[in-house]
Amino acid sequence: MSDPTHPGAPVLEVADLSVTFGSGPSAVRAVRGLNYEVRPGEVLGIVGESGSGKSVASMAVMGLLPPHARVSGSVKLLGTELLGASDKRLAAFRGRTISMVFQDPLSALTPVYRVGDQIAEALTVHQDLTRAEARKRAVELLDLVGIPHPAERATAFPHEFSGGMRQRAVIAMAIANDPDVIICDEPTTALDVTIQAQVLDVLRKAQRETGAAIVMITHDLGVVAGFVDRVLVMYAGRPVEIGSVDEVYYHPLMPYTMGLLGSVPRLDQGERGRLTPIDGNPPSPAALPPGCPFEPRCRLAVPECRLAEPPLRPVRHSRHLAACIRAGEIERGVVTTVPKLPEIPEEGEERPPRESRRVVLGVEDLVKHYPLTRGAVFKRRVGTVEAVAGVSFDLREGETLGLVGESGCGKTTTLMEILKLARPQGGRVVVLGRDISGLVAADRMSVRRDMQVVFQDPMSSLDPRMTVYDILAEPLRAHRVREPGPRVRDLLRLVGLEPEHAARYPQDFSGGQRQRIGIARALALEPRLVVLDEPVSALDVSIQAGVINLLEELKARLGLSYLFVAHDLSVVRHIADRVAVMYLGRIAEVGQVDRVYDTPMHPYTQALLSAVPLPDPVVERARRRILLEGDLPSPADPPSGCRFRTRCPLYKAIGETERLRCVHEEPRVRPMGGDHGAACHYAESLDVV
Amino acid sequence: MAGFLARRLINYVALIVVATSLAYMLAASALDPRSNYEARRPPPPPAVVDARLDELNLNNKTPVFQRYLRWSWSVLHGDFGKTTVGDPVNADLARRAGVTLRLILVGLIVGSVAGVLGGALAAVWQYGWFDRLTTAASFLVLAVPTVVLANMLIIGAVWFNDLVGAQIFLVSGETTPGLEGGFLRGAADRAQHLLLPTLSLSLGLIAVYSRYQRNMMLDVLGADFVRTARAKGLRRSTALTKHALRTALIPAVTYFAFTFGALIVGTTFTEKIFGWHGLGEQLINSIFTNDVNTVAAISCLAAFGVLVAALASDLMQAALDPRVRVG
Repeated sequence: MSDPTHPGAPVLEVADLSVTFGSGPSAVRAVRGLNYEVRPGEVLGIVGESGSGKSVASMAVMGLLPPHARVSGSVKLLGTELLGASDKRLAAFRGRTISMVFQDPLSALTPVYRVGDQIAEALTVHQDLTRAEARKRAVELLDLVGIPHPAERATAFPHEFSGGMRQRAVIAMAIANDPDVIICDEPTTALDVTIQAQVLDVLRKAQRETGAAIVMITHDLGVVAGFVDRVLVMYAGRPVEIGSVDEVYYHPLMPYTMGLLGSVPRLDQGERGRLTPIDGNPPSPAALPPGCPFEPRCRLAVPECRLAEPPLRPVRHSRHLAACIRAGEIERGVVTTVPKLPEIPEEGEERPPRESRRVVLGVEDLVKHYPLTRGAVFKRRVGTVEAVAGVSFDLREGETLGLVGESGCGKTTTLMEILKLARPQGGRVVVLGRDISGLVAADRMSVRRDMQVVFQDPMSSLDPRMTVYDILAEPLRAHRVREPGPRVRDLLRLVGLEPEHAARYPQDFSGGQRQRIGIARALALEPRLVVLDEPVSALDVSIQAGVINLLEELKARLGLSYLFVAHDLSVVRHIADRVAVMYLGRIAEVGQVDRVYDTPMHPYTQALLSAVPLPDPVVERARRRILLEGDLPSPADPPSGCRFRTRCPLYKAIGETERLRCVHEEPRVRPMGGDHGAACHYAESLDVV
Repeated sequence: MAGFLARRLINYVALIVVATSLAYMLAASALDPRSNYEARRPPPPPAVVDARLDELNLNNKTPVFQRYLRWSWSVLHGDFGKTTVGDPVNADLARRAGVTLRLILVGLIVGSVAGVLGGALAAVWQYGWFDRLTTAASFLVLAVPTVVLANMLIIGAVWFNDLVGAQIFLVSGETTPGLEGGFLRGAADRAQHLLLPTLSLSLGLIAVYSRYQRNMMLDVLGADFVRTARAKGLRRSTALTKHALRTALIPAVTYFAFTFGALIVGTTFTEKIFGWHGLGEQLINSIFTNDVNTVAAISCLAAFGVLVAALASDLMQAALDPRVRVG
C-alpha cells in the first residue's frame, strides 16, 4: 500500500488496537481492532459519532488512558512500539515526537501558570534550554500561531485568553518540539465557526512549519472534507470504511458512511428536501448486536449481516476499504440507500404571501443590559454589559425564523427576554398581538399556553424523577386539562415514540428520543408559537437529522411558527424560512433564508458563511475563506459606531473618509430589496458559499 | 489590591467590635462575680463586696450598659481590665496566648502538611490499600473524642517510655521545671513536651484535611490540563505534583488558614489534658470563676484570630490563584 501523494515510511502505525474498560460481562470494548497508518505530511481524518471510540483510541495511542483501561494491539511510532512502554519512555516521546491538541481549550491549560511558562515547559522537558531561551522560544511560538502582541500575552494567565486564543496556545505547545505526528481530538468543536476557521488555518500553518503527519479526530464532516487527505470512519469501536477523502465522500461504500453524509444539512443546498436520518441509535458498546453492529440500523441489511461481523477489506482498490458484505454490490451500483421518505405535507402553494399573514411575534428595539459589578464586599457597578442592544424582527404565522450568531452575540438573551413575558428594559415585545409589558398574571398564563419552548440540552431539561407521562401531563394539568391520558398518548405518537413508553423515565431514552419528549411537552398545549433554543446542537448528526425532519413535519401539520435559535448555520438554512444574524447584541442582517445565504450583504454574514465548512471535498478545497481577525469585542465595551468595524474586512478595504461614518454612526438595518435588510453603511453582495 | 485590603480591614474591625461587645454583654449579664464573695465563710460585708466589685467594674448593681461603656473605654486604651482576684487580664492572656500559639502553630503545620500529602496520595491511589487505610484511620480519629485520643496517647507514651527505659515522651506541661543545662538541653526538653500534644492536635487535623485534600485532588486528577501536561512529555508524577496538586492546593490552603482562627480557643481538651496553660483552658476556668473581663478578652482574641485567619486565607488565595487577582 504505497501512497503516491505521501511517500516515505509511515511515522505512526496502529495495528489491531483494542481498548477495554472493566472486565467480565460488564466489560465495555470501546475500541475493537483499529488499524491505520500515517505518513509524513499526511492528514488522516477519523470520523465517528459519540461513543464510536475515536477519542479513546487516540488517548490509547498517546498512552494517556487511565490505568484501569486494558489496551492491546500495537502502536508503532517511527518503528518503536509504544504499547506497554514505561511512563518514563513514553514521556520522552510525548510532546517531542507525537503531540496532541485537545477538544476543550477552556480546561486544557493549567489555570495557575502563565501561558508562556506552560509553553516553555513543553520545551524544557525535552530540550536543554535555559529559562530565558525557552521563554523567548515560547513567544516566537505564540507569534507563529497568531497571537497578537505575543511577548505581552505570554505573561497572561489562561483565564485572560479567549477560547480561540487558548486553542492557539495549545497548538503552540503541540508544535513546540517539531513533532512528527500531531493528534488533534475535536480541536474546533468547542469553538465558534469564525474562530474554528482561524484555528484550522493555524493548524494548516503548523503542519507546513513542522511537516508533521496529522490525525484529525472529529464528528464534523465539513471540517474533514477540506482538511484531510484520507478518512477513516469509525462505528461501534471499529473502522468501517477508510479511503481517500474524495472517494469516501463521493463514492461511499459502507451504508453507515452513506447515512452520515445524507444526514448532514448543507449550507450550500437551499432546496427544502428532507434529510435522511439513520434509523435507531448507535449500539451501546457494552451490548453489541451479533454480526455487523450497524445491521439493526442499516437499510441494506440482509439476513447474512447478522451472522458475523464483516472484516474491513479492499473494495474498489487496495486503498479504499469497507466493512460491509454488500460493499461490492454498492460499488457496482446494484443497490443504494436512497430511502423512502414520508412526504412533508405541502404548504407552499396555498400559503398566502408573507405580508398578509399575521405577526405572531413582534420584537421592536428590544434592550437587555446587565450591570457589571466589581468587589466582593461592597459591590459597585463598574459598567454595563449590553447583551441585547436594540433588536427588532417579526415572525409571521406558519414561518420559521432562525436567529443565528456566535456565542456572546445575545441570541439566547433575546430569547429569554421574550419568554419572560415581562416588561423589557427597553423596546417592545408583542406575542400573538399582545404587548407583553401590559400583561397581568392571568394573561401571562394564557400567552404561555400559546408560546412554548424546547431547550437545548435534552439531558438536563427533563426532570429525571418524573415519568414521561408526568412530564407530558404536567403542562396539561397546569392549564386545567382534565384526563390528560389520551392526549399524552397522542403526543408520543406525534413525535414518533411509542405510547407504551409513557411509564418510563427520561434516563431510559437516548438523546434524540429525549429531545422528542421535550418537543412533545412543548406541543402538549397546542401552542401556535414554539421557541427552540439550540434544539439539535447536543445531538449527533444521524440523530439530529431525524429531529429536524420531525420539527418540519410538525410545523407543516400543526401550522406552527418557530423561533429557532441556533449557532449552526447549515441547520438554520435547512429549517428556516427567514434568518436574522446577530452580532454583539444587534441584528447584522435579516431576510429570506435563500437571499441571505446566497447573496449575503453584511460583511459579518459573509465572513460567517464563508467560515462554515462544507461536507464536500472538492468545493471545500476551492472555497475562499474570509478570515476574521481576533475575537468578539467585550459586550461591556462595544466599539463606537458600527460594532463590527474592529473585525470588518470591508472597513479595512474602504478609504479614510468612508471609515469615519463607520466609527461615528451606528448603522441601522436598511432594506436591501424585499424584506432583506443589512446593518451596514457600505453593504454589497458577495458570493461566499 | 490596597483598596481591597483596606475595605476588608474596616469590615473586619467592625465585626470584631460587634462580636466582642456581644460577648461582653452576655458574660456581664450571665456571670455573677458577686457569688464568689458570697460563697466565702464568713461572707464579707455587702458594702465591702460592692466597693471591691465597683473597683473591678463587675458590680451587677451598676447597669450593664454603664459597665460596658467603662469597659470599652479602657479596652480602647488597650486595657482589658482585671480578673475577679484583681490581677490584670492583659498580662495573664499575653502569656497564655504565647502558650496556645506555640502549641497550635506546630500542630497546624504538621497537620496540614501531613494532611495534604496523605490526602493527595490517597487520591492518586484511589481505592488502593493506602487510600483504604487512610480513609479508615481518618474516620476512626474523627469518631474518637479528643479526650479519649489524648489519654490513649498518654498511655501509649508511658508504655513506650517504660519499654525503652527512658523519658522520651514528657506528658505534662511545656517545660520541665528547674531544668539545668544550656539552650540545646532546653530546646530538646521543649520538643519532648511538644511531641504528644502536637500529635493529639494534628491527628484530628490530618484526619479532616486529608479527606478534604483527597476530594480536591480527585477533582483535578482527571482534569484536561493534567492530560495536557502529560501530553507535553511530563511524567505522570511530575504532572501530578506540578499541575494537579498545585491547583488542588488552592481551596485546601484557604480552608486550612481558616481553621487556624478556630483553633485559638478550640484546643481546650488538649491544653487541659497535657497541662498546657493556654487560652482554651483559661476560657473554661474564667467561666467557672465568673470572670467577666477575661471571658470578654478571650472572646475578643478569638474574634481577632478568626478574622486574621480569614484575611490570611484571602491573601493566600490571591497569592495562589491568579484568577481572583484581577478585579
